[in-house]
Amino acid sequence: MTALPTRKLEAWRYTDLRALSAISFTAPASPPTPLSLPDLAIPRLVFLNGIFAPHLSSELSFLQPFTPVAEHSAQPLTQINAEHAQAGMTLLIPPGVDAGSVLLVSQASGGSMAFHPRHRITLGAGARLTLIEVAQGDGVYWHNPVMDITLADDAALAHYRLQDESREAFHLATIRADLAKTASYESFTALLGGQISRAEFHVRLQGTGGHAHINAALLLGGSQLGDITSVITHAAKGCTSRQTVKSVLSGAARGVFQGRIEVDRIAQKTDGYQMTQALLLSDTAEMDIKPELQIFADDVKCSHGATIGALDAEQLFYLRSRGIAPDDARAMLIRAFLTEALESVTSEPALAMFETEFAQFQAAR
Amino acid sequence: MSAAVETRDTMGALAAAKYKYGFTTEIAMEAFPKGLNEEIVRLISSKKDEPEWLLAWRLKAFAQWQKMAEPQWARVQHPPIDYDNLYYYAAPSGPAPKSLDEVDPSLLEMYEKLGIPLNERAALAGVESPTVAVDAVFDSVSVATTFRETLAKSGVIFCPISEAVRTHPELVREYLGSVVPAGDNFFAALNSAVFSDGSFVFIPRGVRCPMELSTYFRINARNTGQFERTLIVAEAGASVSYLEGCTAPMRDENQLHAAVVELVALDDAKIKYSTVQNWYPGDADGKGGIYNFVTKRGACRGRNSKISWTQVETGSAITWKYPSCILQGDGSVGEFYSVALTHHHQQADTGTKMIHIGKNTTSTIISKGISAGQSNNTYRGLVKIMPGASGARNFTQCDSLLIGDECGAHTVPYIESRNASAKVEHEATTSKIAEDQLFYCRARGLSEEDAVGLIVNGFCKDVLKELPMEFAVEAQKLLSVSLEGSVG
Repeated sequence: MTALPTRKLEAWRYTDLRALSAISFTAPASPPTPLSLPDLAIPRLVFLNGIFAPHLSSELSFLQPFTPVAEHSAQPLTQINAEHAQAGMTLLIPPGVDAGSVLLVSQASGGSMAFHPRHRITLGAGARLTLIEVAQGDGVYWHNPVMDITLADDAALAHYRLQDESREAFHLATIRADLAKTASYESFTALLGGQISRAEFHVRLQGTGGHAHINAALLLGGSQLGDITSVITHAAKGCTSRQTVKSVLSGAARGVFQGRIEVDRIAQKTDGYQMTQALLLSDTAEMDIKPELQIFADDVKCSHGATIGALDAEQLFYLRSRGIAPDDARAMLIRAFLTEALESVTSEPALAMFETEFAQFQAAR
Repeated sequence: MSAAVETRDTMGALAAAKYKYGFTTEIAMEAFPKGLNEEIVRLISSKKDEPEWLLAWRLKAFAQWQKMAEPQWARVQHPPIDYDNLYYYAAPSGPAPKSLDEVDPSLLEMYEKLGIPLNERAALAGVESPTVAVDAVFDSVSVATTFRETLAKSGVIFCPISEAVRTHPELVREYLGSVVPAGDNFFAALNSAVFSDGSFVFIPRGVRCPMELSTYFRINARNTGQFERTLIVAEAGASVSYLEGCTAPMRDENQLHAAVVELVALDDAKIKYSTVQNWYPGDADGKGGIYNFVTKRGACRGRNSKISWTQVETGSAITWKYPSCILQGDGSVGEFYSVALTHHHQQADTGTKMIHIGKNTTSTIISKGISAGQSNNTYRGLVKIMPGASGARNFTQCDSLLIGDECGAHTVPYIESRNASAKVEHEATTSKIAEDQLFYCRARGLSEEDAVGLIVNGFCKDVLKELPMEFAVEAQKLLSVSLEGSVG
């Protein structure tokens, strides 16, 4: 197997995978009994320990059979996935078709198993899809999915990801999206579970007028580490990209955000924006941020902002002066902070799902 | 020379030539053989009559350097440097001058051309009181330090570091390498092994340095690396403002400049360090120019101490430089104000590190990058809040301006916070000169170049206002001159 990346690689300087390399994983055994499935009234596809479970899945006309991966990737995790991928969801939405919403569920149950699904989504010109992804499980396992997304002209994919894996699990996801002219990719990722988790995005805006939203929220506690890494490449004129990453860290949790906006020479009139905000709720929490701009065109508007800090003392004081108890005031401010993160979520079932999860996170604190 | 006359002359001269410092001075030179080995390190040390401990320190640094590799992480590209094809020591030949009267007149003339007021008698005879004391470093040695007596009266030591090693060995030994260790990085290790001269400043307890101190660095000899080392120590309650200027002749080959600057501020001490870096940037096709690979670091060791870096970087073919602050003392303050301008084929990878260790430490970073021509300009910085730095504050602003569609502007900030009560804010923008601003200026009769110069100066205002008066005017003019030919 290709070696895991180490912190010597710049892209991995904040996320140490030694805990993962210390475990010897086995290939997934036969599918376990499923946990309770998310209660969303939309068609679903279910994978158990990385293996497709047709009996739990809906029939979808645009679901294609899995084909083996022939890829040689310079990215260690994608390469490992390529070497081991044996299953995955392949969706092919024909031009002009609005495929509605689909739920992709990945469930796992312990036993030091590693699984490397390869999902592929192709949207024809003008096609539409909303994909809601939920990853959950029990015990120690390693989930290493790669998702390849191709969007033709005017296609639009809304992609909502809830990572709610077991607290002992490793979740290292890579999402690669290529966008043609005026295509749109909107995604929101919530990292809640996992011992070490990372969502790595590589988005290429290859046609004029493309649009990408890569938003995320990290809600971590204990000794969890959550990492959002993104590279958005503006390779054509007049594209826009937006990124908002919000983190709430308690205990000894560590949050990482590395975001790079690359603007090629040809990509004039680029509009790129990146914002990352972190709330540190304990003395032992840590946030590491590396927002990068790499710009080779002059007629561009690119900016990023970052803030890290505790809850605003003035806001707390304001609430307390109105008779709100300290704990309630804090909870209120955290809720407001997270509500902002969800502003970009337009799918109602997805929004309801995230709101429930965020409320649970707050209740558990 | 009064400030007004100096300013007028500087501006006149700057308007006349794009790089007015490109002349060479014909002077009888003494140089050691090319190449670097233990023998050269020993030769430099014996030439300077150094004590045994310093030779041992150099040799240790040399041994470390031999095991190190050039850093590869910066966004700069250059052909491999042949460290064996460089002179590591070059100095005007003859015995060292005892006073200004003995300095080679052609050297004084060169500094005159540069507009550096070395001749203190003139100033002393005049009605104005002196405001700037100068240490001039020519290739590997310091040739003259002015106003030493005036400074000595208030207890300030300002002299070439090679002299300080002899006259104040205990001070040099205590502080040399205490901020930038000999093996800190490849270029710092190289400097530690072969540094030949530089300035030493010591401001004793409670003293406010009566005038601004200044060092002018000049690379003159061909194929020569300049490795100066500056050490500034401000004791409790002391304060000093220090200016640094640099020039070099125009040559087709690249020349290496690997300096180390160490600042130490004890309780309540303040050090303000300003640089106008105008090394020869190479010609319009990217031929020649200085490789400016510099390690600058300040340690705020005392409570409420303050170190402020201000830099205007318009020169050098390649700039690799990260003036940093280690904020150790509770309540200490670090500041970094930077303008980096690149044109033609220049490359700059510059920024700062603010390491917050003490409680209630604050840091401010204002960085303005301007790229024109085919140049690449990178801001690279680190803000690190250690767990003990309760109440720490950082504010960072990095703005980039692109002029033309063949250049690049990059921002690579690292922000690491491990204390919940610390507050870190960072913002960065990249844009081009707004059409409406240009139009406004043009409508009022400014030429396009003047308009760009005006807008760029406005863009840099937050940094330029931090410069001492003497430097601010020169810096503004430099920015305009450096941008000539970037529009239209």
